[in-house]
Amino acid sequence: MEGEIAITGAELMKMGAYIGAGLASAGMGGAAVGIGHVVGNYLSGALRNPSAAAGQTATMFIGIAFSEALGIFSFLVALLLMFAV
Amino acid sequence: MASDAQAVEQMAEEGGLVFHPMEQFEIKPLFGGTEIAWYTPTNATLWMGVAILAIIGLLILGTSKRSIIPSRLQSVAELAYGFIYKMVEDICGKEGVKYFPYVMTLFMFIVTANFLGLLPLAFTTTSHIAVTAVMAMLVFLSVTVLGFVLHGASFLGLFWISSAPLALRPILALIEVISYFVRPISHSIRLAGNMMAGHAVIKVFAAFAAIELLSPVPILAITAIYALEVLVAFIQAYVFTILTCVYLKDALHPNH
Repeated sequence: MEGEIAITGAELMKMGAYIGAGLASAGMGGAAVGIGHVVGNYLSGALRNPSAAAGQTATMFIGIAFSEALGIFSFLVALLLMFAV
Repeated sequence: MASDAQAVEQMAEEGGLVFHPMEQFEIKPLFGGTEIAWYTPTNATLWMGVAILAIIGLLILGTSKRSIIPSRLQSVAELAYGFIYKMVEDICGKEGVKYFPYVMTLFMFIVTANFLGLLPLAFTTTSHIAVTAVMAMLVFLSVTVLGFVLHGASFLGLFWISSAPLALRPILALIEVISYFVRPISHSIRLAGNMMAGHAVIKVFAAFAAIELLSPVPILAITAIYALEVLVAFIQAYVFTILTCVYLKDALHPNH
């Protein structure tokens, strides 16, 4: 019929996958909040007691890494939806 | 990765950009052809080789003179050695120093590959999950085996947190087990993801620079992002190494 667009199941799936990949990107915001929280608290502690700051830099980076990992899982979900599903 | 490359090509055709931002991660055989077998020298092989030659050049040539007043190369080599040595000692304790060569090798390879990848037209080997997953899986497996060899079954005490209330312990054990097995995944994807995302962002801005009216802005943005990427290249190598140390510490002292 005229004006009617037929969407196949595969196309619908692809569309859903792309929308899902976009939604998964929202998870990066969570990682951003987490990292900001870690670094902000490190800084406020470091400014109160600068002599103890140097010893805790490694701990801060470990904290950042763990927080970042969850943001990266959202990236992974996006990648899986784009290329693997 | 073959299907990924095809998908990238297909997307490049559909998209409006002159080049696709993911195009730079394509693995191509060095000497023509399209077939990639396990022995085919590719651009990934080339840049891994360059990274290893650069490490050899830095560490062996740099320290061979052993001068009292170090040359620039020797200073960098000594700095890298001292930095990683201190990290291993601080996190794992004296017992961890035995495993220092492994950690040093990992750090030097990752940091060199990251920095080489920042050169224009270079290929970033660490942006591929295939590369980082091998490194992360080797760390995971060797640390797990080491834990069982050193402590036997009591290594499982890592999951049974004796300082927590008894009622909570089974739940905590479940969480600990999950987080333990997620380690190699997050460990590898963190590095590959960061490298890939950073390089793709630079390419996206490079595509905007082709629009005449706007071009100064993206070029300034590329400069700023490039500086950030230099920082990220080092920090990600640092994070990979420090997490290796933390995992090693868990294997050496599982009972917290």
